[in-house]
Amino acid sequence: MTAQLRPAIVSLLLLTILTGLVYPLAVTGIAQVAFPYQANGSVMMSNGQKVGSALIGQDFSDPRYFWGRLSATGPAPYNAAASSGSNLGPTNPALLKAVQARVDALRAADPTNKALIPVNLVTASASGLDPQISPAAAEYQVARIAQLRNMSVDQVRQLVAKNTAGRQFDFLGEPRVNVLSLNLALDQVK
Amino acid sequence: MTSNGFLQLAFYLVVLIALAKPLGSYMARVYEGQSTGLDRVLGPLERLIYRLSGVQAKTEMNWKVYSVAMLLFNFIGLLVVYLLQRLQGGLPLNPQHLPNISADSSFNTAVSFATNTNWQGYGGETTMSYLTQMVGLSVQNFVSAAAGMATLVALIRGLTRRSAQTIGNFWVDMVRSTLYILLPLSLILALVLVSQGVVQTFSAYQEVPLVTATQDANGNAVTTQVLALGPAASQVAIKQLGTNGGGFFNVNSAHPFENPTPLSNFVELLAILLIPAALCYTFGKMVGDTRQGWAVLAAMTLIWVVLLGAVVWAEQSGNPALTKLGIDQVASVQQPGGNMEGKETRFGIVNSAIWAAATTAASNGSVNAMHDSFTPLGGFVPMWLIQLGEVVFGGVGSGLYGMLVFAIIAVFVAGLMVGRTPEYLGKKIEAYEMKMASLVILVPPAIVLLGTALAVIEPAGKATIYNPGAHGFSEVLYAFSSAGNNNGSAFAGLGANNPFYNLSLGFAMLFARYWLAIPTLALAGSLARKKLVPAGPGTLPTHTPLFVALLIGVVILVGALTFIPALALGPIVEHLQMIQ
Repeated sequence: MTAQLRPAIVSLLLLTILTGLVYPLAVTGIAQVAFPYQANGSVMMSNGQKVGSALIGQDFSDPRYFWGRLSATGPAPYNAAASSGSNLGPTNPALLKAVQARVDALRAADPTNKALIPVNLVTASASGLDPQISPAAAEYQVARIAQLRNMSVDQVRQLVAKNTAGRQFDFLGEPRVNVLSLNLALDQVK
Repeated sequence: MTSNGFLQLAFYLVVLIALAKPLGSYMARVYEGQSTGLDRVLGPLERLIYRLSGVQAKTEMNWKVYSVAMLLFNFIGLLVVYLLQRLQGGLPLNPQHLPNISADSSFNTAVSFATNTNWQGYGGETTMSYLTQMVGLSVQNFVSAAAGMATLVALIRGLTRRSAQTIGNFWVDMVRSTLYILLPLSLILALVLVSQGVVQTFSAYQEVPLVTATQDANGNAVTTQVLALGPAASQVAIKQLGTNGGGFFNVNSAHPFENPTPLSNFVELLAILLIPAALCYTFGKMVGDTRQGWAVLAAMTLIWVVLLGAVVWAEQSGNPALTKLGIDQVASVQQPGGNMEGKETRFGIVNSAIWAAATTAASNGSVNAMHDSFTPLGGFVPMWLIQLGEVVFGGVGSGLYGMLVFAIIAVFVAGLMVGRTPEYLGKKIEAYEMKMASLVILVPPAIVLLGTALAVIEPAGKATIYNPGAHGFSEVLYAFSSAGNNNGSAFAGLGANNPFYNLSLGFAMLFARYWLAIPTLALAGSLARKKLVPAGPGTLPTHTPLFVALLIGVVILVGALTFIPALALGPIVEHLQMIQ
């Protein structure tokens, strides 16, 4: 047993230096040179000011903006320093309560809209930080935004299309609309 | 399933199987000490490690010394991870000034990472300093995986050697697994992930303004958002490749900084099953008959595809309660539909379901969607895949050695039917082998069922159940299934960061890892000592479709008989409640 003690201690030490220090430092070095924007959080800039990350959603409840997924992070929604899902089970009454509250809020913001609500808009994301919604969830909100902002429906749809990413390489993942960049684009419209 | 769903799944399977042969034969070269193409760079490093550690690379070990070496190495690793957490407040690379971690949580996490489980009672971005993540957790991601691969290689040597006393050198197998396999693959994967937006920095968390203010739970206005950062990509790469699964951030690969795009999702998903699948080919190559490896891989793949289909179907069907509220859950080109609670838009149903099935088939345990919010049947399948003993692909190394033990059980069952002494790959399977194999098969279910029973009668176990009713029972059953099979995923509503769960799950992980690894090494030692029996007319060939079917039958039968009663109390009851 003692014969194996030295290899155990020294090899762990050496592999710690290699995989715990050299490896992450090497990845960081290459990443900071080759992909500085991505490696540092994909933070978007506008007029020299940070305006949020392209990958992290923000909370929107003003009807003049597109709304994103529900977020279960605490203490505030979309807390990017403490990611969390709701972990509500499918038969938990608390899930139905949360969904119903969102349904009510959506209907109150847009009483004339009688369409079925896309499931994306009434459920909490896994991370609590989902930056995106489905194109169906964006389309559901287009008429409301157009009316409140005195824009034409086509104008709003064009902005949605501009902020929509299709499936990667046309087949991977799901089509999705970035809510933060879409809302920033709405605010740019004079 | 939509046609695009089929396409994504088929593409995944094709790439996975296509890579099994090249990577598998490369790994066989690594373990047989042949030239690998990386010797020029890594050879001197490898020899330096041996020299400084006092390892005689040419000296082989019997199974007992091999086990002692592995246990000692894991124990010291565990100690280091424990101490790093207990002292991190005063150590460097802690820009958020995160405090020292409690003793019970530190114990749980140290065990969890040393046993290749990566159960996480804590949330990464709110608990662990960059130093602890890198020097503690990342390192164990490498070496615990390497220890599993070493154990597998020892078992394969046991099957191929005749009248031999030794099964290899643990230090050589472990170091070569790390240097030649895990490290190069991780480096490539980490850089692909950064290109997609996975963060990799030592800077402190960054503050950005919100477009519109929001409110916290106490009604205070919140006008900024703090973006948690860190050296994530390097750790995410190895947690996927090493079937570790411990997320850098709390929500694991559901976090946009850990898994930002469909492409990052695809490569992370590929990394879950890549090495476990390729090791089947390595096994075939090392026993001198690649058909043996393909047969095992076929059995794994067939079980997996069927169960995966069930998850996709269940999640795509959605939640009937939501349909009643006027909600559209139908899949179309505009939306993935289905049960989207606890899922990310970019992954939708199909990629969340493939991930759930892959991460539980392998003992990976990372998630890109919250399993606790899956439909009852959608959550049933991942839980059952874990309970099958982590042999459908399974952990790197540990999955295949578990499956080879099932193969031994299968030839034993077949031998009983025709009244002949069973043999596997020319080795007679006798009483000692069957005792060791039985331990491997029986220990995990005992841990899972006894642990669950204990938790649901103890007030401390029931206190932190989150969802009411049958689903709450599922949370506890899932937790012990996960720990008792070294998976690491969770029905995460269960509050597990308390002394009761930190200790009970910690011990479950320890038993599950070593009460399987040690009997496996004993099996290797015993098989190595045997002579080779030439195949006769009564020998059951183990590369045929018949054997694949027999192997699948044994795995499913053992898993079903053991767990269906417990599962009936959780997901099955809940499903009936949901559809009534």
